Amino acid sequence: MFSFLSYNAQSVLFSTFLLGMAAGVIGSFAYWKRQSLMSDALSHAALPGVVLGFTILGEKNLFVMIIGAAITALLGAFLIQWIRSSSRVKEDAAMGIVLSVFFGLGIMLLTFANRMPGGNQSGLDSFIFGQAASMVSKDVWTMMTVAIIVLLLTVLLFKEWKIFLFDPSFAKGLGISTAGMNVLYMATLVLVIVVGIQAVGVILMAALLIIPSVSARYWTESFKIMVLLSALFGGASGMIGTFLSTIGKGWPTGPFIVVTAASVFLISLFLGSKKGLAVVFFQQKKQRKSMELVKMTREVEQ
Amino acid sequence: MSYAGWILLTASLVGLSCGLIGVLLILRRMAMMADAISHTVLLGIVCAYLITRELTGIHMLIGAVIAGLITAIVIQWLHTRGVQQEASIGIVFTTLFAIGVILIATKVGNAHLDVKHTLMGEITFIPWERVEVPLLGSIPEAVVLLTAVLVVVLFVIIAFYKEWKITSFDPALAASLGIPVILMHYLFMSLVSLTTVAAFDAVGAIMVVAMLITPAAAAYLWTDRLSFLFLLSSIFGILSAFIGYYMAVWLDTSISGAMAFSTGIIFMISFLGSPKYGVLAKFISRRKPNQRTYKIS
Amino acid sequence: MEPVLTVENVSAAYRKNEVLTDVNFQIKPGTLTSIVGPNGAGKSTLLKVMLELHPTITGNVTFFGETYQTAKSRIGYVPQRGSVDWDFPTNALDVVTMGLYGKIGWFKWPKKEHKHKAMSALKEMKMQDYANRQISQLSGGQQQRVFLARALAQDADLYFLDEPLAGVDATTEKAIMETLKMLKESGKTVMVVHHDLQTVEEYFDQVLLLNKKVIAHGPTSKTFTKENIMKAYGGTLHWMGEKR
Repeated sequence: MFSFLSYNAQSVLFSTFLLGMAAGVIGSFAYWKRQSLMSDALSHAALPGVVLGFTILGEKNLFVMIIGAAITALLGAFLIQWIRSSSRVKEDAAMGIVLSVFFGLGIMLLTFANRMPGGNQSGLDSFIFGQAASMVSKDVWTMMTVAIIVLLLTVLLFKEWKIFLFDPSFAKGLGISTAGMNVLYMATLVLVIVVGIQAVGVILMAALLIIPSVSARYWTESFKIMVLLSALFGGASGMIGTFLSTIGKGWPTGPFIVVTAASVFLISLFLGSKKGLAVVFFQQKKQRKSMELVKMTREVEQ
Repeated sequence: MSYAGWILLTASLVGLSCGLIGVLLILRRMAMMADAISHTVLLGIVCAYLITRELTGIHMLIGAVIAGLITAIVIQWLHTRGVQQEASIGIVFTTLFAIGVILIATKVGNAHLDVKHTLMGEITFIPWERVEVPLLGSIPEAVVLLTAVLVVVLFVIIAFYKEWKITSFDPALAASLGIPVILMHYLFMSLVSLTTVAAFDAVGAIMVVAMLITPAAAAYLWTDRLSFLFLLSSIFGILSAFIGYYMAVWLDTSISGAMAFSTGIIFMISFLGSPKYGVLAKFISRRKPNQRTYKIS
Repeated sequence: MEPVLTVENVSAAYRKNEVLTDVNFQIKPGTLTSIVGPNGAGKSTLLKVMLELHPTITGNVTFFGETYQTAKSRIGYVPQRGSVDWDFPTNALDVVTMGLYGKIGWFKWPKKEHKHKAMSALKEMKMQDYANRQISQLSGGQQQRVFLARALAQDADLYFLDEPLAGVDATTEKAIMETLKMLKESGKTVMVVHHDLQTVEEYFDQVLLLNKKVIAHGPTSKTFTKENIMKAYGGTLHWMGEKR
């Protein structure tokens, strides 16, 4: 598949495939934790860190930029928590504040950086909407490594994840440290985000975390299968979206990944075998018919 | 008026309108819905352009309001189908926004829209695009638009003040009293869309969110009276505009980014220092035991 | 005597589960009825269905012989306490005044007479000293009394209360029940979703046992029997000591 593409292009596609899988998995965790939009706030909060990582070194070093992104994203997470727990301001407002203020700071810093010598315009700007095409092999390797680590952590600790998400107090009773799991969850979430933003961009990263996992719900009632499908849908969206974005010159990758994921969602919404609208519609029709039958029998008996 | 004067006026109008709407956003817990709408109006503007081939104010407004309403409706629909509220918001706004960006990036119909502009605004261009207004002369179009929107926002808030209060506080009771809760919800969504698109030119999509949420949240930490909330939020909005502008001039950086960041500064000060609900105040009161006053007879 | 409330053939679902099936009953004026039943029996849903806050699958409800829409101004509703954001910037007097918004109408502001009415409702619940207190500074029992004052201010003829005594202190419980009794004695009708079986006989003259449908309904002394209670609660109840 894709053998007509260059080696670099193939590896980029493979890395976004892996990224999509990791995002799909962590996204389903976030969904069950009821924290879907937190990933949006954290993605936006990553921007100043990325830019700072660049300005400190004066050149694009993905590793440093990722560290920067992680730091500001985690700072954002901490602030959201702090605001929520120490004041009347509710979580949704706290997320909105961190999201927009950090992003504003990021834009301020970006304007600086673009004026610096070597302020490679497209390099930093590509973090806003994602530009997989600007990834060099080092970036590709970084993305793949992180994605594989995340996927491994999921597989190895699967039953711990499951119970932690479903019933944290019970999990505590079993001896699973919920504080530890929370740290692990936040760490993997931030990791996926900061690595993914080069492909999807800060604004749309949340989509890759949210959409595949919601799509998976329409096909199964089993948590395990849901996570698996979520990974599959995410991976496919990442790969196909990236491919589509290479068709035109300078097309950003993020939006295409999102639209691919959304198409999968729409298909799942309507045709999904478990809760898809088509299925529900026919089920309800059957239900109504049998209820009418029962009513008729009752009337006859009276 | 001077160049800087127009910019400050524009930004202040944004701060005012967003500050007012923001109060209701905070109280109705719709901060993320505002985030969603501020993204999807982009698609509304692009579609309005594709249909009318015009980039003028009124077409943008209509496109934006329609986009905002569709966003709210689809999110609601998804939610009633069993998808969590947050996830519904996340799915809808990212998808619609992505479509908008694709339409622009692929230059469908040769839109002269620049994605970065709609994201970050270009307030520095505002004083140049002018219209003729009777009695006042040549005024930047953005100022006219923003003033009109501000008037609408003020009117709707004041006219329905008690209805806003009760539908935000206790929608179940409001419904049982005959107040059309759902209608008010969509009226509010339309106001948010209107305010967002009017502010686009000045501060762009993302920063509108900062102006909508943060000053109101900051005000929320100072007062218990709804009327003061509206007042304080507006003041904070205008203050952020001024602080942001001068910071940007001093540091020679993005004006809208600086304004967004300024809302954060004001919020932090309120969060830490508010005598009523600030962190420091709570810390101090926890340490001081209750003082007793003794009568000297 | 014409019934104040008639419920016919009502069935309703909540998230795909049928919570109310073929509910039929009538309420006479001047009664103080408790609605009891196990969790999931549909008690809150019944209330919401009657107030058109929740859709029905079948059936209809009439108030004073009219539809809910026409009778609305004569009905007062005290929802469960947990459904509100107590950080909202408003004080006790303001909350009570909100109950009058339906009567004040569009584009008008609350006038002095409305504030007076709100104040006297607060006085009824002995909360007048807290009129200007921000609601987050009130205790649970005080908040409940404010909610009841709000319903009183509406001057309704028929009152619905959803678990008003849940989690309140003894003083508040006494105050609330005194008010409800006073309402009944002045000819009003009160229906209360009640959670505590122990106090049904003491507080209410009528009882409606609900478990998806009406198990029994009538004067407490005759209807609140061991058999009926067992029927309503299935096997989920255990008797501690003898029932008087």
